Amino acid sequence: MKRAAGLVAVLAVVVVLSLCVGDRWIGPGEVYRALTDFTGSDSDRVVRYLRLPRTVAGLLVGAALGLSGAVMQGVTRNPLADPGILGVSAGAAVAVVAAIGLFGIHSLSGYVWFAMGGALVATVAVYLVGAVGGTTPVKLALAGAAISALLGSVTSAATLLDLSTLNEYRFWVVGSLSLADHGIVAQAVPFVAFGIVLALVLGRSLNQLALGDDLAQALGTRVLLIRVLAGLAVVVLAGTATAIAGPIGFLGLAVPQVARLVVGPDQRRILPWSMLLAPVVLLLADIVGRVVARPAELQVGIVTALIGAPLFIALVRRRRTAAL
Amino acid sequence: MASVLTVVVGAYALTRGDYTLSIAEVLRTLSGQGTLITYDVVVNNRLPRVLTGIGVGAAFAMSGAIFQRLARNPLVSPDLIGINAGAALAAVLIITVIGSGWIPLGALAGSLLSAVSVYLLAYRNGVSGNRLVLVGVGVTAIVGSLTAYLLTLADIYTAKSASMWLAGSLAGRSWTHVVLIGVTLAVGIPAAVVVERQLRLLELGDDLARALGGRVESARGVLIALGVGLAALATATAGPIGFVALVAPQLARRLVPRPGLVVPGAIGALLVVVSDLLARTVVAPTVLPVGVVTAFLGAPYLLYLLTRARPI
Repeated sequence: MKRAAGLVAVLAVVVVLSLCVGDRWIGPGEVYRALTDFTGSDSDRVVRYLRLPRTVAGLLVGAALGLSGAVMQGVTRNPLADPGILGVSAGAAVAVVAAIGLFGIHSLSGYVWFAMGGALVATVAVYLVGAVGGTTPVKLALAGAAISALLGSVTSAATLLDLSTLNEYRFWVVGSLSLADHGIVAQAVPFVAFGIVLALVLGRSLNQLALGDDLAQALGTRVLLIRVLAGLAVVVLAGTATAIAGPIGFLGLAVPQVARLVVGPDQRRILPWSMLLAPVVLLLADIVGRVVARPAELQVGIVTALIGAPLFIALVRRRRTAAL
Repeated sequence: MASVLTVVVGAYALTRGDYTLSIAEVLRTLSGQGTLITYDVVVNNRLPRVLTGIGVGAAFAMSGAIFQRLARNPLVSPDLIGINAGAALAAVLIITVIGSGWIPLGALAGSLLSAVSVYLLAYRNGVSGNRLVLVGVGVTAIVGSLTAYLLTLADIYTAKSASMWLAGSLAGRSWTHVVLIGVTLAVGIPAAVVVERQLRLLELGDDLARALGGRVESARGVLIALGVGLAALATATAGPIGFVALVAPQLARRLVPRPGLVVPGAIGALLVVVSDLLARTVVAPTVLPVGVVTAFLGAPYLLYLLTRARPI
């Protein structure tokens, strides 16, 4: 309980920092005044129209990616599963490219459905390929890699045939929170809220799945139903996150691992921990990205890959190969 | 068989393009009796492109065959262990920052650097195939995100030419490239024939190989070096063409009982030449990078392999 309170406190500090840090430092007092007593001054506008939506977007995207990673690792019983590695992000990405290039859609409300459809199709495809002849983590990872490559080849062709799509795509693909505004955030809230509720409700069932399909079934768990609901949660969460911020890798993989190290194997604790820890990491990465390359910005997806991938490698080195 | 098909498709590829020629015109040109225009089209333009495609296809495929047999894992390929990502980062760095010179050399250095990093990071009382792949995935993500970042800094036309290179392209390949990949194969093919025996010994398992008098660690080192060298030089020549290394050895295994390393090479050459012909003609006059087509033909095949009920 103490640790959970600590995590919430850290998250609160990071949120305040995210509102204060940027091109120009704006003190917490001034931020508070900008939010409660808006006067229309420059710093008030920066806080309200730029930093507030960006921070809320970071909270939503982080929570969504952390939770979807945790659900995916739980349902596949695979500690190396992650929406990025398993092709979900690639599916969302290719669908967004199609939305931009083929249908001229540039708003979240338009392409969030594309992102989710793409995520759904890719998830189902990777899972089916991984499931035939017995699921192993390596097989799932490679099926994800193959599906990602296939989708990447389509994306590649689409962007090379149309210069303006390439221009939009190359900024989107690195993953960034800087384009979030009030409208996008407001549209995303219901999706993320639905995904969060669904994911958190699944905790107990995921614990039973961890015992293996047969035992879970004997205990009265409806394995197939749980899988489908978990898949739905992953697709909604990862699809919305990708639609807001572009494909951001490794967060969904690394955060549930850390949560598991801290709170143990109980999914009912891993899930909320992942949901709170991932926004901490994402917002910190975003803040680092804002200040490290001033006056330009380093996109948050790049910072998380530079921080997350070494974690992943360390994890792979730690585990015995047999456990993979 | 694959070689004969390669020659046929290659010859056909010489006739197709903006300026369509008959096969007789091509033959006349090659024997020195063509016009200035046909000489330019065939000898300066299409022939080096086709020959480069044959060479890099063979090199990628042989490299893939070495890695798959070394790891005793049909799904390991040089693209998965960081060679492509390293070459891509180096090439994009050169294209966006310096201009376009020195790409092959830079790509070669980049791919060797990232391959060595993956090897060292995966090394822990030896190197297991799975760990090599997963560490490769991690390193590829780091290097790939840097590449994506560089692309956002460039102007759109530079970004497009870098993207073309990233997809793996045979566009504008000249006799310099033919020489580069030709020398690679002139060294690589005899070396592959020689080390194939070591490979067969290692496939028996380390203990048995040692009992039969093999020097396991040094043999493995030589094989990894040859696999990395072939893939790195092929990438330097034509960019990271995807999936040839993965797919060609598997096709070879299903066509020939004991394919060795040269048969996969022949199949890889065929795959690239066919893909490049499709890339040039399917959406003409736009020319797709050949890598888009090989991934499109190759990825479904990988998925099919994964669904085969075989422990991996």
